[in-house]
Amino acid sequence: MDAFTTHTGTAAPLRRSAVDTDQIIPAEYLKRITRTGFEDGLFVAWRRNEPDFVLNQPRYADASILVAGPDFGTGSSREHACWALLDGGFRVVISSRFADIFKNNSTKSGLLTVILPQAEVEALWAAAEADPTTQVTVDLQDKQVTYGGHRVPFEIDDYTRWRLLEGLDDVGLTERHLTDIEAFEARRPAWLPKALPAQPA
Amino acid sequence: MPKTLAEKVYDAHVVRSAAGEPDLLYIDLHLVHEVTSPQAFDGLRAAGRTVRHPELTMATEDHNVPTLEILKPIADPVSRAQVEALRKNAAEFGIRLAPMGDRDQGIVHVIGPQLGLTQPGTTIVCGDSHTSTHGAFGALAFGIGTSEVEHVLATQTLPQYRPKQMAVTVDGELPEGVSSKDVILAVIAEIGTNGAAGHVIEYRGSAIEALSMEARMTICNMSIEAGARAGLIAPDETTFEFLRGRPHAPQGADWDAAVEYWRTLRTDEGAVFDTEVVLDAASLTPFVTWGTNPGQGLPIAESVPDPAAIADEGERRAAEQALAYMGLTPGTPLREIEVDTVFLGSCTNGRIEDLRIAAELLRGKHIDPDTRMLVVPGSVGVKLQAEAEGLDRVFTEAGAEWRGAGCSMCLGMNPDQLKPGERSASTSNRNFQGRQGKGGRTHLVSPSVAAATALTGRLTAPADLADAPVPATV
Repeated sequence: MDAFTTHTGTAAPLRRSAVDTDQIIPAEYLKRITRTGFEDGLFVAWRRNEPDFVLNQPRYADASILVAGPDFGTGSSREHACWALLDGGFRVVISSRFADIFKNNSTKSGLLTVILPQAEVEALWAAAEADPTTQVTVDLQDKQVTYGGHRVPFEIDDYTRWRLLEGLDDVGLTERHLTDIEAFEARRPAWLPKALPAQPA
Repeated sequence: MPKTLAEKVYDAHVVRSAAGEPDLLYIDLHLVHEVTSPQAFDGLRAAGRTVRHPELTMATEDHNVPTLEILKPIADPVSRAQVEALRKNAAEFGIRLAPMGDRDQGIVHVIGPQLGLTQPGTTIVCGDSHTSTHGAFGALAFGIGTSEVEHVLATQTLPQYRPKQMAVTVDGELPEGVSSKDVILAVIAEIGTNGAAGHVIEYRGSAIEALSMEARMTICNMSIEAGARAGLIAPDETTFEFLRGRPHAPQGADWDAAVEYWRTLRTDEGAVFDTEVVLDAASLTPFVTWGTNPGQGLPIAESVPDPAAIADEGERRAAEQALAYMGLTPGTPLREIEVDTVFLGSCTNGRIEDLRIAAELLRGKHIDPDTRMLVVPGSVGVKLQAEAEGLDRVFTEAGAEWRGAGCSMCLGMNPDQLKPGERSASTSNRNFQGRQGKGGRTHLVSPSVAAATALTGRLTAPADLADAPVPATV
């Protein structure tokens, strides 16, 4: 995973609530077995069917910060949603509320999800609509979003922040605790289910 | 300190806990399917890692599989390559796989319980958000992304933050023709599509206790549609009876030891929930969705809502967008909405009891001539059971199509899809835009509403049928 410290770019205002992962990337694009190359599926139905859709507007073509309505990323557990956003050029998604699995997946794939109050989301929407070239800086080190004359702090737990700043792989971190895992395994009851081999019915 | 059921299961699986870090949670069972796993296996290979516990891992093919001509190679080359990748990975890493054509193949959330792998008090994960289904057994079961799939394969653990606790209490008796699907659709409409974010839901109360295991699975399955991390129900005699004698259930002295432990898996008196929701079972009626998320639902006796009457600007805009996509006019009675397709199946409602309920309504009748009905059993096991009971003939004689097992039209990764503009009544779990095919429109319903709708060609409750044992009162 790439480390994330700070990112400056322009913002695309996505004025929709409860954007589900089927909209971020439909199931037909999930048949691929690669981890990259999902940009063609990103919001593909809205891009095809709605000429005014924000990502169809040339002025937002270079946006790297997506500012969305509440409850972004509901539905499926597909991490492909995060990969598609990254492949589509986004490094940050800002919303007042995220779905749990999407948010969790984002922290594993290097996409920063920033929670701001809805009033701040609306202010960012207004700024990006008034001037699409508005430079927005998302600083994970200082936990703040700045644009124009505005400075908006955000919360993120210290552990996740540290992992993102360092670009650390979770598996490697967990492997440091192998003795704890082995001790736990020694205590597990023998009757717990096993997939191999099947016991005769 | 008194604990909730979910807290008990969580605490029993903490491998390591340290201030300022997530807990490391042990995973008892990892279910794997073809869609969310290939990149995880690639990650293992790239890092030179192995699967720590192949015997705690079970794979099947479900999302991509065709439901016709299932013994032939998959026609779609991209789907075929994904299924072949799973076969190669399972063989290379020593994981048991139930491939197409295998007696144990089926939707991952149907086969776990069917094989007795899903057991009370365990932690279960899968790269699929409907893993919450297994919570019906008092397991802590949740969906994960592909990076986490890789993490569990490598370490049999997951870093987790302690979830908040929500109680959904449903007391009283469900009226005739009202099922657990109606209960969960009503719950989601109440909580909202992400209203349970950060929470584990425990479903409790006399109406929940009275439900069969199949009906409990339907409820827990859709916990994610309210945004919950997981949903669970305390195990009881119904749970134990369901599990007894299943291939992977404990036997003999192990069974006794297991049941003794399982009986402790109840929320303690005085345990505190962060959030509580209460529903009166007797007040519930058949529920259908009108919009494009599972929280946009209403009792079938109501009409398509008018967005202009919604005060909150965000919700009003969402309702306007939903109605535009769904091609619906405010004020139209839901019962007047005509459908092209009825889909009976999925991890929500593709189990034997669901098929029995629908078959009973269709027996000796014929579906509407302009409506097609797809019946897709959740697993080969369900299919064989249904055929042994003659349900397949009930469906085909009524004019429905009897298919092979898999996820099918729930998400349209195989050829079973809606065409643009087509409308379905579907027993699945998501009515998102394009979910069942590009431009397709989905109304989520229970199996009995699905069957009644197939007979009339428009959204219909069983009580609306002319020969209903209990006539409609609303």
